[in-house]
Amino acid sequence: MTTSKTRERGAAIDIRNATKRYGSFTALDDVSLHIKPGEFMTLLGPSGSGKTTTLNVVAGFTDLTSGELSVGGESILGVPAHKRNIGVVFQHYALFPHMTVGKNVAYPLTLRGIEKGEREKRVRRALDMVKMADFAHRYPSELSGGQQQRVALARAIVFDPPLLLMDEPLGALDKKLREWLQLEIKRIHRELGTTFVYVTHDQEEALVLSDRIAVFNQGRIEQVGTGRELYDEPATLFVGKFIGESTTLRGNAETSGGETSLTVAGQRIVASNKLANGAKPVILLRPEKLSLAPGNKPQADSQNSLTGNISEAIYLGSGSKYQVTLRDGSVAIVRAPLEAQQFAIGDEVDLRWHISDCKLLADDERADLTLT
Amino acid sequence: MKPFRIILGLFCLLVAIWLVLPTLVIIPMSFNEKKSLAFPPSGFTWHWYENFFTNPDWSSSFFNSLRVAAIVAVTATIVGTLAALGLSRMKHAGAGILRAILITPMVVPGVVLAIGIYAVYLNYQLVGTTLGFVIAHTMLAVPFVLIAVSASLEVFDVRLETAAASLGANRLTTFRTITLPLILPGILSGLLFAFVTSFDEIIVALFITSPYLKTLPVQIYTSITRDADPTVTAVGTIIFLATSLIITGGLIIGSQRRR
Repeated sequence: MTTSKTRERGAAIDIRNATKRYGSFTALDDVSLHIKPGEFMTLLGPSGSGKTTTLNVVAGFTDLTSGELSVGGESILGVPAHKRNIGVVFQHYALFPHMTVGKNVAYPLTLRGIEKGEREKRVRRALDMVKMADFAHRYPSELSGGQQQRVALARAIVFDPPLLLMDEPLGALDKKLREWLQLEIKRIHRELGTTFVYVTHDQEEALVLSDRIAVFNQGRIEQVGTGRELYDEPATLFVGKFIGESTTLRGNAETSGGETSLTVAGQRIVASNKLANGAKPVILLRPEKLSLAPGNKPQADSQNSLTGNISEAIYLGSGSKYQVTLRDGSVAIVRAPLEAQQFAIGDEVDLRWHISDCKLLADDERADLTLT
Repeated sequence: MKPFRIILGLFCLLVAIWLVLPTLVIIPMSFNEKKSLAFPPSGFTWHWYENFFTNPDWSSSFFNSLRVAAIVAVTATIVGTLAALGLSRMKHAGAGILRAILITPMVVPGVVLAIGIYAVYLNYQLVGTTLGFVIAHTMLAVPFVLIAVSASLEVFDVRLETAAASLGANRLTTFRTITLPLILPGILSGLLFAFVTSFDEIIVALFITSPYLKTLPVQIYTSITRDADPTVTAVGTIIFLATSLIITGGLIIGSQRRR
């Protein structure tokens, strides 16, 4: 099979106005999402945000209360899971304990009536792809967690499904192994050209893996975009806080012309835009956009400045990370390169940033409640 | 510490002897030359074994028991397994009540059950029939299968069925290839329990027996109350050895399957 041919194997997914209710609890609230053929889409969100429900709906394990769902242009609502031809990888591996690795991987092929020679060839190819070919005669209980998950991945791709779903597949593994397997999964995605839908609550994992990320919160999608879009241009405060590190500033707001100014702890700061609908604004700042200067030095006109004290200083090797407690008690996070001036706990500092680096967002209580 | 361990060891030995000795006593007695059940035995003879295999009273009752127990093992295993599967998937509160009802034959005094069964069987001419024995013994054996299979299902990961579905297996295929092999140890031990339950059942059997259909326990009981025939000790020895072999075999198979 050539690469160009497998490229075509990825199926598009179209979820429209999907709603799922359990009694009075709404797990999915009017969710719409389009996933392109061959795309690596990550569903990211805290637990209970609806990302796993969405996956289960696509896999056929859960029915929708209302809405439309199609894979490869055809509606699959009401099609039972076993007829959907979609690969699924579970967090708990779900390998069959009474079968060897080889039998596990051959299982979907046996069901499809593929004859022995061809079956063995494809099992070997799938195991080669996840680098587990030497383990074909072992039983799952003889393998480590990472090895079991690689076998589960081989089993889910061996029948060439146009779509592969993964539900927190690395959730039970330790950090080093997780990082290595993330790269393996990325490679396999590139080699297969299959559409991947990946569920995780780990935003770093989402950034490493995905073409695009859909951020879920309380049964809704907050924003869909590339990692860069979500980090640089968050549509909501929730997205801004969930992706990467951030500092949020609140204060009395005034708008004049195209500008918004906020009074934070008695000091005035300016953002170069304003919110459309007159909502209460919050300023979101990224740690690498902030810089520190010794207290009460004059600043450039294009900069905002707030006074505070260093409350934590962390050496990270590649740089330093500071927590600055501002006069109103709020805490800012700053990442400083190694060549910048270093500070110690208790130092009075001016926290500075360029006006255009202010991200003005509508305040939203849900953004704080759902963070862990 | 040390003297305590010695005392503990001796105590355990005592309990073990106490549990096993009454069973072991019948082995020397089955070779007793005298036609009596006196202990200790004297002399040596195979006569009582010979009697067991040649006397039609004994051999026919033995084969009756074997036939009834074999059928009961199958029927009770099917009914009990299906019940266990159904109950394990019931999220309803009624599952607990249903389970309790299915277990009652194990708890209700045998005599009470026997009287009830006898009364009903008289009406429907089931006394002294194989069908009658099978129905009554199946009822008694189902709780054992239910408990054994339920224990297997307790450790069975239902999520494997979801995984099988995602790989393309329909419900029946999933059951055949995933669920059944994984709960098989429970089903087999249920089958064994069902067989033994029927094979050595005496209370109900005494009520519904007839001169034309006697099971082995009934034959043993009538023989020992009528003429103290030492053949019972030979029968006892044979059954003891047979069940020991079956249980040992079951344990060996069970330990090999576990991976």
